[in-house]
Amino acid sequence: MIALLLRDLRLATRAGGGFGLGLVFFLIVVVLVPFGVGPETAILSKIASGILWVAALLAALLSLDRIFALDFEDGALTLIATAPIPLEAVGLAKATAHWLTTGLPLTIAAPVLGVLLQLPANGYSFVALTLLLGTPALSMIGTFGAALTVGIRRGGLLLSLLVLPLYIPTLIFGAEAARRGTAGLDATTPLLMLAGITAGSIALLPFATAAVLRINLR
Amino acid sequence: MSLWEYANPKKFMGWTGPVLPWAFGAAGVCLAVGLFWGFFLTPDDYRQGSTVKIIYLHVPSALMAINAWMMMLVASLIWLVRRHHVSALAAKAAAPVGITMTLIALMTGAIWGQPMWGTYWAWDPRLTSFLILFLFYLGYMALWAAIDDPDTAADLTSVLCIVGSVFALLSRYAVNFWNQGLHQGASLSLDKEENVSDVFFFPLLVCIAGFVLLFVALVLLRTRTEIRARRLRALQLREVRT
Repeated sequence: MIALLLRDLRLATRAGGGFGLGLVFFLIVVVLVPFGVGPETAILSKIASGILWVAALLAALLSLDRIFALDFEDGALTLIATAPIPLEAVGLAKATAHWLTTGLPLTIAAPVLGVLLQLPANGYSFVALTLLLGTPALSMIGTFGAALTVGIRRGGLLLSLLVLPLYIPTLIFGAEAARRGTAGLDATTPLLMLAGITAGSIALLPFATAAVLRINLR
Repeated sequence: MSLWEYANPKKFMGWTGPVLPWAFGAAGVCLAVGLFWGFFLTPDDYRQGSTVKIIYLHVPSALMAINAWMMMLVASLIWLVRRHHVSALAAKAAAPVGITMTLIALMTGAIWGQPMWGTYWAWDPRLTSFLILFLFYLGYMALWAAIDDPDTAADLTSVLCIVGSVFALLSRYAVNFWNQGLHQGASLSLDKEENVSDVFFFPLLVCIAGFVLLFVALVLLRTRTEIRARRLRALQLREVRT
């Protein structure tokens, strides 16, 4: 499992792996928003945490179809499936690799980009904290979606159609916690719910991922 | 003799054939009676005027939108556990009907909302959850459409339906938490003091019965179509092979 994780990390960080693409996409979306809504500081600082969350979600979505598609095409996935580790662990390792290459960099970059969006000073920690708690759920749900559409050629668009509705609860609680924290309100409840969704996804979705992988590899 | 025998495709075609006209007939009668009763024989509400009558379309369709998804969930579970092909096809057949019900509920709600709430759309929890339900239906149908092999498609959509149900439920409570609602509380429950007046309640019950029957009839019809399409496909495959 660790070997698989290291392999995926290496594949992602080397040439053509698209490691930085998600981050660049995140940056571009954040830069585009002020062009869309106007440069007034008051409006921007009000919506900054929400924009960061939506942009992070879209950036995470961008690299999902890489999780299984390449391995499926060159047959590596079949070999991995016959390896002496359960397919559930494969799903978990793939999700971890995806999180380490997108979720974690996004979390680190988000407060920096918050400067561009006039994020209020007490919002930095909350945006980083909610993203840290929420992005593992995004990776896990996305891995399930990627496993679901792995057998479909050019399934990228379908993948986003399937995964985005599944992202809604995570987004609601994550953005709500960030918004409340930024506004100086009590954010305990949404934070706990967010952590709950993440924990639940990590506990249960590997089984669903393995189930759909088995179907697709039949 | 067990219940499962009725799920045999041949048996299924056998018993649904005669049942179908009766189901459509009963649905038509219920809807005609309920809607006529509701539209012409009930008084206007003292505050809402005649717009109250949209309830006879809005409430039954909203009920069926959720129940259709529940039925798809049960059918998906049966398919995954017992591998009855009719069950998977019934789930597939129910999705377009369910999404139509969702749309009817959203549209009638918007039409009623404009004079009553002063807006076609508000990010009210129930409205939002219905929009999310609509998205789930779309994803489910898109996945069915994208996969060629019928058994793989049935398997994958079943898993999606189960996972989607969990997340749809989560979304339902998340949006409740996220925004305060404009909708009134439950007014059709059997055990509460404050309910909708009997004058409106009885025609509404008839309309709900009509929508349930209509749903059953449509799903049966669509399942029969799917079974025929599957048979046709099998015949064509056999022809290609020989």
